[in-house]
Amino acid sequence: MIDYWSSNQAEIWRLLWSHAWLSVVPVIIGLVIALPLGWVAARHRWAYPPLVGIAGLLYTIPSLALFVALPGILHTRILDVTNVVVALTVYAVALLVRVVSDGLTSVSADTLQAATAMGYRPAGRFFAVELPLAVPVIAAGVRVATVSNVSLVAVATFVGTAQLGTLFTEGLSRTVNQLPPILTGILLSLVLALVLDLLIQLATRLATPWRRAEVRR
Amino acid sequence: MIRFDAVTKRYPDGTVAVDELDLEAPSGRITVLVGPSGCGKTTSLRMINRMIDPTSGTIWLDGRATADVPPATLRRGIGYVIQHAGLFPHRTVLDNVTTVPGLLGHDRRTARTRAMELLERVGLEPRMASRYPAQLSGGQQQRVGVARALAADPPVMLMDEPFSAVDPVVREQLQNEFLRLQQDLHKTIVFVTHDIDEAIKLGDQVAVLAVGGHLAQLAAPAELLSRPASTFVAGFVGRDRGYRALGFTTGEVALQDEPTVRVGADVGDARRVARDEWVLVVDEGGAPQGWWLLSGDPGGRADHTVEAARLNLGGTLATAGGSLRSVLDAALSSPSGRGVVVDDDGRLLGTVTAAAVIDRIEALARDGRSGDTAAAGRP
Repeated sequence: MIDYWSSNQAEIWRLLWSHAWLSVVPVIIGLVIALPLGWVAARHRWAYPPLVGIAGLLYTIPSLALFVALPGILHTRILDVTNVVVALTVYAVALLVRVVSDGLTSVSADTLQAATAMGYRPAGRFFAVELPLAVPVIAAGVRVATVSNVSLVAVATFVGTAQLGTLFTEGLSRTVNQLPPILTGILLSLVLALVLDLLIQLATRLATPWRRAEVRR
Repeated sequence: MIRFDAVTKRYPDGTVAVDELDLEAPSGRITVLVGPSGCGKTTSLRMINRMIDPTSGTIWLDGRATADVPPATLRRGIGYVIQHAGLFPHRTVLDNVTTVPGLLGHDRRTARTRAMELLERVGLEPRMASRYPAQLSGGQQQRVGVARALAADPPVMLMDEPFSAVDPVVREQLQNEFLRLQQDLHKTIVFVTHDIDEAIKLGDQVAVLAVGGHLAQLAAPAELLSRPASTFVAGFVGRDRGYRALGFTTGEVALQDEPTVRVGADVGDARRVARDEWVLVVDEGGAPQGWWLLSGDPGGRADHTVEAARLNLGGTLATAGGSLRSVLDAALSSPSGRGVVVDDDGRLLGTVTAAAVIDRIEALARDGRSGDTAAAGRP
């Protein structure tokens, strides 16, 4: 195992880095897309069932099918990394629309009423009051989306995007010494998921000092 | 001045919340909208700052139709306080208070300095400024709510049941402080409550609304109690109207001199000055401390001293120039039957019996005039 690591260090780092950004970037893009959709679903009661329903359906599409179908839809080359990013973004959106909407509806009606009465315009109120107060709920959803992305990324091996999943196929293709690459892949995926999860928690803590005040009371 | 001109609010389902309301809320005064639930009082309030738009009619704010002012601009010039304060949980007390100055683009430093002054004014210590709303009690949150509404010094304040969600003791404190604040600030205030006692206590004028958004009566509190315009108003205003109306009647009642002894005085001295079994005890400054019962003194030894711990504290104190209600209450609650009247600094002026107060009330009723004019002549 140690031998395997020392002889393949550069390659393992490259795969880990690629896996990391493939896990994170789609969640960020997904969040940016989910924010306005979630806002609409939270603001108009009639919009919630279709928006959250469709988003939920997206999640049921098998990932491999999506990876294969996207080049046809996007007119990208079959091995293009864009396909992977787009597919993972779709899953992130699927998860986050409901989360954003629920986060925004969790803000107390009294607070919203007061904000409007103070003279906030709708956009100002959204960024200054609603969004900051929805952060705890949204952040919880982002954690789930990110960690689930870490595991989904591995499937991208089948459409030729190199990341930690590549180590599994590499291990399986060997005749001897199969275990080191496979174990390395599993181990690093786990570590990556844990580290990203911790980072999100830390960022959430920094963004919501008022929640710690609640606990201290 | 705020003026409602035939204002109607009808919802799409046909419910009429406010029906052809004509109402004036004069500048610098407190106008209370009171009524049972469903009377449209909150709807009326929210139409002033366009949180709700009227179906027809016009609301004038200092000569401008509110419908002609963009909502956000209008609202930044109107203070707003609601039942659960509606503070922003993610902002510190100080940042909550500086919300409107921030929206108006006022200088940040000036706004913060002013916010600190306001916090002090509403009775919050400076160390509260850096706390978050969740760390405050309900009463404290409500104080912050009032400070936030006042931060940009708007001429108009709208208050929607601001003191309803706190316990009765805190509520009374907040009401008294609010009245003191208003004496300095002279804001044009529209105040919504379902509590007729609060309406009568706080309002310069009270608008009683009936279900369906009809104005049943608009009058000063004393008039509401003495001349309810309809059986609905009479029923809503409730019992004890005669007694409660005394709260708005002031009148000079002749005071008797009351012999007193100091706390710690010799019981023998008390016995010498006493008019009957009860002797009024005062402190060095002349402020009444309670009543001493001579026959309650065990053994009646002359060397026994008048101890503060054994005083009867049952009597309430009336302040000279105060309402006849408080004077009568002082007499009725006093163990000696003599009500204690003090000056504004709490020093004894004299005592008065319930019979004397009743005579005065009857004399006033015979004269058919309010006691307000008589009160003006008080020292």
